Amino acid sequence: MTWLLEPFQYEFMQRALLACVLIGFTNGFLGAFVVIRRLALMADALSHSLLPGLAVSAILVGLSPAGLLLGGLLAAVFVALGGHVISRSSRVKEETAIAALYIIAFAIGIALIKYAGVKVSLDHFLFGNILGVGDSDLWTSYAITCFALILLVAFQRPLLLAIFEASVARSQGVAVGGLLGMLILLIVLAMVSSLQAVGVLLSLGLLILPAATIYLLSDSFDTMLWGGGALGMFGAVVGLIFSFWANIPSGPAIVLILGAIFLLAYFFSPRYGIFSRYFQRRHLHEESLERWKK
Amino acid sequence: MSHQLVLEDVTVSYNRIPAVHHLTADFQCGSCIALLGPNGAGKTTLLKAIAGLLPVETGRIEFRGHELDGPAGRAIAYVPQREAVDWDFPITVRGLVEMGRYPSLGKWKKFSPGDASAVAEALEICDLSDLADRQISALSGGQQQRAFLARAWAQQADIYLLDEPFTGLDRNASEAFAVAMRRLRDAGKLIMASHHDLKSVEALFDHILLINGELVACGPTAETFTKENLDRAYTMHVFSGHSHDHA
Repeated sequence: MTWLLEPFQYEFMQRALLACVLIGFTNGFLGAFVVIRRLALMADALSHSLLPGLAVSAILVGLSPAGLLLGGLLAAVFVALGGHVISRSSRVKEETAIAALYIIAFAIGIALIKYAGVKVSLDHFLFGNILGVGDSDLWTSYAITCFALILLVAFQRPLLLAIFEASVARSQGVAVGGLLGMLILLIVLAMVSSLQAVGVLLSLGLLILPAATIYLLSDSFDTMLWGGGALGMFGAVVGLIFSFWANIPSGPAIVLILGAIFLLAYFFSPRYGIFSRYFQRRHLHEESLERWKK
Repeated sequence: MSHQLVLEDVTVSYNRIPAVHHLTADFQCGSCIALLGPNGAGKTTLLKAIAGLLPVETGRIEFRGHELDGPAGRAIAYVPQREAVDWDFPITVRGLVEMGRYPSLGKWKKFSPGDASAVAEALEICDLSDLADRQISALSGGQQQRAFLARAWAQQADIYLLDEPFTGLDRNASEAFAVAMRRLRDAGKLIMASHHDLKSVEALFDHILLINGELVACGPTAETFTKENLDRAYTMHVFSGHSHDHA
């Protein structure tokens, strides 16, 4: 067991561990909503649009975590809202509008980063570095985790209904637009919190992979929520240990671990895996024959 | 007349074009009403207006003496068309029916034995008890439609607004759905379903509401479902704000 505990005698690894637990759980939990609402590509666009916000705040206030948080948040909200406005006011559909805005934002970000007063390497934003997690990053992650979990648990029922059948939710007086807006805000917050650990480009993996994996394993949304959180946490921690021993950056290590688990579920999930589906097809066919005979 | 749904001079627009004009009609609880009319007659628009999903431009909608203004919460259960649903959603039939309890549970209330028995009763009424633990895509079309009716029942609504519930159902599935619908009616509920298959109207519904942008006829099926009324509804020209072709 020493190989398991050895990395954590260093203080930076202890911080990184705590960060992985917080970020992994929050993203995995939130991911359940992202997967069933089919927001994965939207989330990808939002993650890219964080970049100009980070660049502008790095230019204005340097690398303070609060500044980066606010900058990234504003940029992503600007892209999400802008996409909504463009799709409402023209014939361009929402996903096209958001893709157009985020790629513009991404280009602005890359162009601006050169002017940051402090020396910032693009790699740092794009891929993160969990070993550089500071106290303020941890506090930020902690706050975002609490905020997101409280909101998601409180609004789980109406949110679920709003995602499943928006018109039924509306007829029951649920504020569907407001709830989906809240979901997008939480996605952006969760991404900002995982920025330091895995960067802009890989943050999507933490958000999507755990929930997508559980989606292949279970028909229960509660399992997707809490199982996604647990799997996200597990994958992030295992990825951290993997990165220590394999001497690779933490971001790719975490995403590779989560990705491997996802692929295992894709092939071997008892109910929805492609192997088991292949071997069960005959059985299902007979079952459906039975049903139609009734 | 307190157990009544009253539409009084109701006008509703869809995409800013009036789709239902100055419609006045009233309905008793304990009836199954077919909402009939050609394509584009405003059937879905009217259902959505009663459900509080579209604003009423003129007139008022009243239920049991109270004006319905905006989403009605528990009292009205709206069941949209089956195509609008993602069937791979990670939810079982029981989970779907439990959704009907959400309005009365609010945010924090625990799912109580009372809620569980309401769900069990709804599953029973719609003949779904044996299928309760299946994921919803593993149901046939008729069973799926009954699952949505069961959820509406679990909501303990008084008015059930169904958008084309019989579309795509074969004869047996239609009959099973009609049985569940009649059980609701016999429990004193008001069911209004948009419907396009004129041949099955008499077997399924005891009342009809025939519209084509405006009221054509409303009343018991035996008296109102006549050739003259239908001819009138399916040939009349309706002002709709833009020209369209009658096929």
